[in-house]
Amino acid sequence: MATAFQKFKNDTLSDKIFYVVLTIILTIFFILVLYPCIFVLAASFSSGPAVQAGRVYLWPVDFSLEGYKTVFNTSTVWTGFRNSLFYTVAGTCINIFVTMIAAYGLSRPDVPGRNGLMLFFTFTMFFSGGMIPSYMLVQKLGMLNTPWALLIPGAMGVYNMIVARTFIQSNIPIELLEAAKIDGCDDITYFVRIVIPLSKAILAVLTLFYGVGHWNAYFNAMIYLHDKELYPLTLFLREILMADQIDPSTVADPELQAQLAQAAGVIKYALIVVSMIPVLLIYPFVQKYFVKGVMIGSIKG
Amino acid sequence: MTKAGTGAPPGSGAAHRSLLWKQIRERWQIYLLLLIPVAYIVIFAYIPMGGLLIAFKKYDFSLGIFGSPWVGLDNFKKFFQSYKFILVLKNTLTISLYGLIISFPLPIIFALMLNAMPLPRYKKAIQTVTYIPHFISTVVMVGLIFQLLSNRTGLYGNLYTLLTGQIGPDILAEGTNFKHIYVWSGVWQGTGYSAIIYIAALAGVDPSLHEAALIDGASRFQRVLYVDVPCILPTASIMLILAVGNIMSVGFEKVLLMQNSLNMNYSEIISTYVYKIGLASAINDFSYSTAISMFNSIINFIMLLIANWGSKKLSGSGLF
Repeated sequence: MATAFQKFKNDTLSDKIFYVVLTIILTIFFILVLYPCIFVLAASFSSGPAVQAGRVYLWPVDFSLEGYKTVFNTSTVWTGFRNSLFYTVAGTCINIFVTMIAAYGLSRPDVPGRNGLMLFFTFTMFFSGGMIPSYMLVQKLGMLNTPWALLIPGAMGVYNMIVARTFIQSNIPIELLEAAKIDGCDDITYFVRIVIPLSKAILAVLTLFYGVGHWNAYFNAMIYLHDKELYPLTLFLREILMADQIDPSTVADPELQAQLAQAAGVIKYALIVVSMIPVLLIYPFVQKYFVKGVMIGSIKG
Repeated sequence: MTKAGTGAPPGSGAAHRSLLWKQIRERWQIYLLLLIPVAYIVIFAYIPMGGLLIAFKKYDFSLGIFGSPWVGLDNFKKFFQSYKFILVLKNTLTISLYGLIISFPLPIIFALMLNAMPLPRYKKAIQTVTYIPHFISTVVMVGLIFQLLSNRTGLYGNLYTLLTGQIGPDILAEGTNFKHIYVWSGVWQGTGYSAIIYIAALAGVDPSLHEAALIDGASRFQRVLYVDVPCILPTASIMLILAVGNIMSVGFEKVLLMQNSLNMNYSEIISTYVYKIGLASAINDFSYSTAISMFNSIINFIMLLIANWGSKKLSGSGLF
């Protein structure tokens, strides 16, 4: 800070004005992004009537946990949370597996036909069958209304595969492969013992991209699943956030049922916070990696 | 690989071929690994492309794709003659062009400003906070929009009442506001994250360019205009091609969630219409829905080609 000020003193007047204007504009944008987040957090810890009357601005008014109590007493929230966790973990594992083997195979310069295969994959990024043909396929495969419908049809993102391939090509020197071969290492062992351990950064990026994608997805679940027991959290969120209230029959505690009408707003805010928890928990750990991930992707264009 | 047989005498061609076979046989483990992703792409990307056939048929569930009768371009004609055609096309173009004009330049400006920002710690804090909204799911985002913009209990309502002492007008109920709410909530959610790619490009700017400009007496603002901007132009043009190539694919999930009976005349776009015709109406018409969606992706593809051609003409660099 001190050095920044020191430099600032030596700047010309026009630069000083420039820096001040810059800082003001960025600060306004910063507040515009931050303030709604703070408001949601404050409202989620306020009492129902305070939110309903619009008395919350920056800080919880009449601090209360009733929103969170209701959320955690709602059976559908638990079902959704459990299902979403399963889809996210299982789906991400499948994604990583398929993506990495494709990226590895296509990164090897000594594999005949790899450019043709690359084209074969890339074409699907620009052209697809669309919603109905995909739906008909899932139907034909008997995956409708099963967890498979959310795990298998999106098993690999071609864009992510290209990012991973670029990473392997530019970060794992080909000399390693030659050395390993001399030691009698076959292609699969090389992949498991050398490539995977050296790809930690890209694995982190892929886990973030795929994981957040699964956690936040709702549309496929909406068209493929009919059984509420299988719904991910987002579908219940959609019901609660878009409709007016939680269905009182799904709340276990009768006392809470009575307060529901008043507390609708608080419950929604609490629910928004709860649904964000898993993402916010992993966010600090992967933040430094996703900047890298976006950059690797951008090199390829 | 294709070079193996061309222009070489027959004898060496055969030798090449046997060498190629040897190479392929040696790499069998790689092909074994690749079998899984290739099978996946064939089944879940190419087979649905074949399913596009039903756009030219009158699909009947009991007859299957191949048994259903051909109807030529009837499904497309039906769409072009439908009263919905102009409406959904107009809405799609309005929302996407508006979105492009606003959300394309803002991340670039934001990245340029952040890059010129003199306080490193504050800069870091701004970055961290502005990335977060990107990770909010569409469902929660739309829930947030409804909550915050409510004129009675939301943030907008609270502030309006605080400043004017009256209850604000219900902006969510006004259909003409749909595009503004859609685009500006997108700006709120995406500007920080979309700026990453430009921030990365700016970090790669050769410092000697800045030093040279300093010696020539350029102010900081001039250095942004004449050093930073030209350096990120190639990145920006690629992003623009991609954005134009997606001009017809408006954030379908978000629009669908934001729709209600009050704004339907302004919010019905091609992709939501496809969904309703195909999967969410009393009688689902797979063929008609697929034809509309195919029309959409063809326009998209043409726009991509035009943007790519234009970029090659103007800046000499394109996507392909």
